Amino acid sequence: MSVVTGTIDWLSDGAHWSGEDGVPNRLLEHLGYTALTITIAAAVAMPLGLWIGHTGRLRGLAVVTAGALRALPTLGVLTYASLFTGIGIRAAIFALVLLAVPPLLAGAYSGLEAVDRQTIDAARAVGMTEWQILTKVEVPLALPLIIGGFRSATLQVVATATVAAYIPGPGGLGRYLIDGLAISDYPQVVAGSVVVIVLALVLDGLFVLLQRLALRHRPALVPTSV
Amino acid sequence: MIEYRSIGKTFADGTEAVGDFSLMLPSRTTTVLVGSSGCGKTTLLRMVNRMVDPTRGQVLIDDVDVATRNKVQLRRSIGYVMQHAGLLPHRKVIDNVATVLRLNGVDRKEARDRSYAVLETVGLDTSLATKYPSQLSGGQQQRVGVARGLVTDPNILLMDEPFGAVDPIVRDELQRELLRLQAELDKTIVFVTHDIDEAFLLGDQVVILRQGGVVAQVGTPKEIIASPADDFVRSFVGLDKGHRRLHVEERDGTRIVVDATGKATGVLE
Repeated sequence: MSVVTGTIDWLSDGAHWSGEDGVPNRLLEHLGYTALTITIAAAVAMPLGLWIGHTGRLRGLAVVTAGALRALPTLGVLTYASLFTGIGIRAAIFALVLLAVPPLLAGAYSGLEAVDRQTIDAARAVGMTEWQILTKVEVPLALPLIIGGFRSATLQVVATATVAAYIPGPGGLGRYLIDGLAISDYPQVVAGSVVVIVLALVLDGLFVLLQRLALRHRPALVPTSV
Repeated sequence: MIEYRSIGKTFADGTEAVGDFSLMLPSRTTTVLVGSSGCGKTTLLRMVNRMVDPTRGQVLIDDVDVATRNKVQLRRSIGYVMQHAGLLPHRKVIDNVATVLRLNGVDRKEARDRSYAVLETVGLDTSLATKYPSQLSGGQQQRVGVARGLVTDPNILLMDEPFGAVDPIVRDELQRELLRLQAELDKTIVFVTHDIDEAFLLGDQVVILRQGGVVAQVGTPKEIIASPADDFVRSFVGLDKGHRRLHVEERDGTRIVVDATGKATGVLE
């Protein structure tokens, strides 16, 4: 039996679609990890990125730090973090947050930097406070790029969250990959990958829609990729 | 009345934009600051609403030093019109105009009504109110910019090369419009331009600046043309060129005005 037909059989087997180890439950767990990761990463990266973009300060440091964070091997960080947090989901979330911060940070500060200086100058000249300039001018105009940051962060986290299953305990769609590999059940491994890929494509599509929505009144005004 | 008292401005990088500048700008008149780029005219204009703070000296509005006023409150009380209009691209025309009113705490309904009214005042078709700035022509955007400057009915209107980026025909139209508005509204206008013809057309008082905010001459257009202070002014206003040296010639009983190059420019009545 080839892996392809094996995968199709695996996916069409009703037993794999219910219970704790069923696809719906693993999918929800996976989405839960992703949402938690993005929330924590955004809580760190958004205030920092918006501050850097608004003031223009510490930009060089942000670029270097974000670059360094991107270079970290996630599996290594996961193993290392486990030494401090113990075996469990916390180490995985920590490693994923480090992965999600750079694109969020870059989306925020480069989005603000892309806003026309004359527009900001005019907003200041008619009497907006710095906070009003940020919330009523810079963020709305930078929104497509900020969403772009969320888009790439989410995709990276969805893809990488499979490594969470590398340590025993956490679930998520990675369970199919790690457990399948352990017992050489390749149809299960491929089926797990297919579900992750479909999830990533669906989320990407949603973000494309969001970006279109943010740009609906301003065709070709702001670039949409980081 | 706006008064500059011994103003100096040195930027953080050490360049001196303005050395020592003093001037009185009478209320309800238009004062035009005119000069080449680098003469500090925009820097001087932006000191009135504290977009730039002077390094030395004081700017006073009705005898109150602007340095003692809250920047944000001060800016909301002064109209500002800039080159390229500076409209918020993500807001409709009507909301752009209403912005300053909303900042000043005027409720939504009243802000909209007053914004529609001022759009009519500046001669803009109100059907454009629900469009976005990018859907308007340069001249229309500039009218919106003027409307935004006027909507709070401020005593002072600052205009920083407002017509510099539109084509000559539209500029002509906007200049006439401004003269008509000023005849009605009687604002204290500070206007910055590098175009001497625009300065003479719009200014009750014209200030010709050299590099570094040095005043070459202050006066009405007539005074400056009649007795330019020096060769710099003579050259700047074009008295050394043909088109301002006019003489009268008689043709078939009509006296026509001809410039130094022999081109006819008009008829003497």
